Amino acid sequence: MITSTFWILLTGSLAAASCALVGSFLVLRKQSMMGDAISHAVLPGIAIAFLLTASRNTFPMLLGAGAFGLLTVYFTEFLHKRGRLMHDTSMGIVFTSLFAFGVILISLFAAQVDLDQECVLYGEIAYIPWDLWIWNGTNMGPRPVWILGFVLMLNLAFVGFFYKELKVYAFSPEYAASLGIPVGLIHYGLMGSVSFSTIASFESVGAILVVALLIVPPATAYLLTEKLKPMLLLAMAIGVLSAISGYYLALFINASIAGSIAVMTGIFFLVAYLFSPSDGVLTRRYRKAEPLAEPDEFALF
Amino acid sequence: MSNKLPPIEVHDLTVAYRKKPVLWDIDFDVPEGKLIAVIGPNGAGKSTLIKTIMGLIEPVSGKILVYGKPVDRERPRIAYVPQRESVDWDFPISVYELVLMGRYSHLKLFRRPGSNDRRIATEALEKVGMSDYAGRQISQLSGGQQQRVFLARALAQQADIYLMDEPLAGVDAATETTIFELLSVLRDEGKTVLVVHHDLQSVSGNFDWVMLLNLRLVAFGPREEVFTTENLQKAYGGRLNILTQVVELAKEKSFVREPGHE
Repeated sequence: MITSTFWILLTGSLAAASCALVGSFLVLRKQSMMGDAISHAVLPGIAIAFLLTASRNTFPMLLGAGAFGLLTVYFTEFLHKRGRLMHDTSMGIVFTSLFAFGVILISLFAAQVDLDQECVLYGEIAYIPWDLWIWNGTNMGPRPVWILGFVLMLNLAFVGFFYKELKVYAFSPEYAASLGIPVGLIHYGLMGSVSFSTIASFESVGAILVVALLIVPPATAYLLTEKLKPMLLLAMAIGVLSAISGYYLALFINASIAGSIAVMTGIFFLVAYLFSPSDGVLTRRYRKAEPLAEPDEFALF
Repeated sequence: MSNKLPPIEVHDLTVAYRKKPVLWDIDFDVPEGKLIAVIGPNGAGKSTLIKTIMGLIEPVSGKILVYGKPVDRERPRIAYVPQRESVDWDFPISVYELVLMGRYSHLKLFRRPGSNDRRIATEALEKVGMSDYAGRQISQLSGGQQQRVFLARALAQQADIYLMDEPLAGVDAATETTIFELLSVLRDEGKTVLVVHHDLQSVSGNFDWVMLLNLRLVAFGPREEVFTTENLQKAYGGRLNILTQVVELAKEKSFVREPGHE
């Protein structure tokens, strides 16, 4: 007998792991706010997919979200390069406009669309166990679990196959290009993965709190390790821990589950910020000063 | 490798940022096996020139060929050393992993570096005297060590052409000697090396050819012919007075650097 608690925890964990994996590259690429932008700008994609198919079909939704995620990236770069605007300014213009367009679509066609703004913004993970996927008359379990599982596999495959390209691209896109790495493909691939993760997660945690899952666990892992692979694994682990502990926090204080999960990501970050073995604020205070990088004069001898 | 095509051909090249020209009507052929200093005042377009050759900046007009082909078809043969400040040194990778990146241009998509790549990366670290630092995180390096590691990464690529953007900026005397030795070893191996350089005083003893740049190509040729007071005055224009002094002092082998690095 699988309880509803199990499904909620599994959904939260899968969302957290997917987001943390691709979010790590956003953080390293210094494009964290692109996660914020995409998570909002996919809204019209979702709304249009709903309107066209008149159902909560997964693939149209993924396609719609993916398309609008990539459009956000493309428009932002277009305005930045051709419109002579700063990168963050272009992003601010593009994602707010697309998000507003999505809000209008939903409010105009609210009657036809089984989708309300509350749900899109905040998500409702508590209802997941009842959102079942019935296939050939068999109960396959909650639908979001399947979608999130699929997206997590997709993200793992993307990072696995393109690990070396992602690594050098995140370190320096310019140098990557000089090596002949297809930087555009990697860039849009990453942004596509972010879009998929966002759309798959938004039902559970909402479009706003998905940003917490994209950015905060990777930032926490970044403080805890100095290697890329451990950072990716740690980010995913911290995301999953946040999801699980957030659920119980929500039960304990009788509050929103999504909100509690986001709060837990923040608490884990704070702990890492204070006690990280290498860079923790308190760790450093209570440890003898370590010498900095050795001066060059000694490097040769 | 006795092909007669020059390593780099640049024809009628013009590059602009937002309609403001940065390089104007540049035309030259780089000869094989020379160690070349690219000099000119700040904002002369030195970095822009090598980035454009690498295909990182789209020119307004002009044509660039690497061994007679577009650069995209000869990537493994041309190595780029960016400015040290162009990357985030807090990135979570080790010195060794950074050097291994130099091998990526030889690897197809999906392919991971193999044992041969690892051996080459290790040797490259040895050549710059940084073997002891292989496992360190890159944030722990000093400025001179960062330059050495960047150089090791380019060496690991085993290219035929090296384009370096200020590899001697912010290094101490010991590292400067090491880097100049490495550059002349590359030249002696028949490689073509183009170095954006800001220190006029160290040009004479260390480079074969000189390119003087200031929006236009002022002069390009063997050092003895090109590195003259007259050409330097042309290149540095407004700073004529300082320049005259620098050249005088440089002749006396004194210790003067161009004021204000790029």
